Amino acid sequence: MIRSLPLLLALSALPFRLQGPSGDELLRKVDQNMFSEKKIVLSRMVIHGRRETRTVESKSWQRGTSESYTEFLAPAREKGTKMLKLTDMLWEFSPSTDRTIMISGHMLRQSLMGSDLSYEDMMEDPHLPNLYSATVASQELLRGRDCWVLDLKSKKEDIAYDHRQIWVDKERYLALRENLYAKSGRLLKTADVREVMRVQNHWLAKSLLYKDVLKEGEGTEFYVDSLKLDAQIPDYLFSKAALRR
Amino acid sequence: MLIPKLALRNILSAGLRTWLSVLALSFSFVAIIFLQGVYDGLNDQVERATVEAQYGGGQYWQKAYDPYDPLSLEDAHAPIPPQLQELTAGGGAAPILIRTATIYPQGRFRSILLKGIDPDQKVLSVPSTALRSLENVIPGLIGSRMAKSAGLKKGDVVTVQWRDVHGTFDARDVTIAEVFRTNVQDVDNDQIWIPLERLQAFTRMENQATIVVLKKDVLPVTDPPGWEFKDSGFLLRDLRSLVKMKSVQGSVMYLLLLFLAMLAIFDTQVLSIWRRRKEMGTLMALGMTRTQVIELFTMEGALHGVLAALVAAIYGIPLLAYAAGRGFDLPIATDNFGFAIGEKLFPAYSPALVAGTTLLVCIVTTIVSYLPTRKIADLKPADALRGRLS
Repeated sequence: MIRSLPLLLALSALPFRLQGPSGDELLRKVDQNMFSEKKIVLSRMVIHGRRETRTVESKSWQRGTSESYTEFLAPAREKGTKMLKLTDMLWEFSPSTDRTIMISGHMLRQSLMGSDLSYEDMMEDPHLPNLYSATVASQELLRGRDCWVLDLKSKKEDIAYDHRQIWVDKERYLALRENLYAKSGRLLKTADVREVMRVQNHWLAKSLLYKDVLKEGEGTEFYVDSLKLDAQIPDYLFSKAALRR
Repeated sequence: MLIPKLALRNILSAGLRTWLSVLALSFSFVAIIFLQGVYDGLNDQVERATVEAQYGGGQYWQKAYDPYDPLSLEDAHAPIPPQLQELTAGGGAAPILIRTATIYPQGRFRSILLKGIDPDQKVLSVPSTALRSLENVIPGLIGSRMAKSAGLKKGDVVTVQWRDVHGTFDARDVTIAEVFRTNVQDVDNDQIWIPLERLQAFTRMENQATIVVLKKDVLPVTDPPGWEFKDSGFLLRDLRSLVKMKSVQGSVMYLLLLFLAMLAIFDTQVLSIWRRRKEMGTLMALGMTRTQVIELFTMEGALHGVLAALVAAIYGIPLLAYAAGRGFDLPIATDNFGFAIGEKLFPAYSPALVAGTTLLVCIVTTIVSYLPTRKIADLKPADALRGRLS
């Protein structure tokens, strides 16, 4: 009886594995829920540093996944700083120096405004099905919500995080938690959704905590203060000339 | 021979006045040789240490590598060419793979260079054998400056994060196997050395390197495609100009000393000419031409330089020899100078330095001695005999 226990346990787990949607299917649904062609976001980033906590406010105009224009509104030191992302290129305009610089190479790994987020985290393709194949690892209750736990393994070699784990709300298809891992299996970053909101037919994060777990500190909080989906965005915003406007 | 003899007799008979000037000038001699010796010693020491720890007999750089451009490190890696592999196998070269990485000591974020080196290499003085000591962990070797600034010590474990050749993040714990002391900051500051093969495996850059360092005195091979040879002259160029710059800064001090000594000589000469008008008139009345009188007075001034060299030799040689033998303990602040000075600095005095300084001081003394004597050219013997200067 004792000898056959592992076999019984394995067999009992089999029906669960075969039940429900596949990981890739769930990942597609998550992507569909999160993605919208055009959006204008007014947000706040609360950065908990070693010595102080700063709040950075910004407004972003996003078109698809490859074009985004962000203007920082506060604090005074960052006010007027603008960032433009066009496909895989990123420029930053600083009003204090009146210069536009291209963020590339090792600079992409630097922290964005001292937060736990790096520039290249911003540059990543948000369509996870393009980058990862998913399997359902388990089901868990997370903050009172039933979730699928998906293991994501990179499909290609040139992807920053070799694998991820996401907790997907079964009903809303919103990722409520995300763990990002190194190739060695070491946990690098976590994102925890704390508040959600419904905009049109999409369930989206209203506030979340992003944390570089290798670093000491309380992480960086994001708050979405307003969000307009499928908004009209003028073309000129997605040009370098707009940075000096 | 009359003029030199007369000049020597005159200055010796001047007694204390002469010896005070000679003493002042001899201080300048010793100070100039000492300061120049310090800079020469500094140059020798820095070059030797840098060659031993960093440059070897020259380096092959992968064509994208630029040590002054961190952005270049992303692409600065390529398979080690067969001819350099051969040299490496024979112990004549050491490949080094350099990647940018991040460490998190005590939860703080810090950018570093992760360098892969063969633990068995004997090309550089970096004590890479320490990387053989740990089997089941990733051993790391750091310099004492890095240890101090990152708060790490032998046996500590630090998380290091880097990207592989495809840009995928990897993070692992590195155990500090050894903390070494080196004068060369470029192999110490903000970097961790780990075994080459492991770094190659982690980054999926098997058999690749960023630079290949040749052993001292090993002749370079023809440049393999995609690699460029940089000889010691090129590699030490910046260092030499830095030392030269420091040397120029230091020369201000001895120029000041020399100026003061020359002022003393000039003053002595002016006083001499003023006080010895009747003597000049007598010499001219006895048949000396004005040029000969000028020669006599100039010679007297120049002899101060010669006597100063002799006096300087009497007390300077033992003093400088002692300094060269014992060296100077340097304060900790000198570690921030920007180059590889050890804890002690040994001045180096070359024969060229001593001969050059002696010649320089003698020439300058002669010129300074000559300047006041030009007044003699207008001197009328009758006026001089009456004690007047026309």
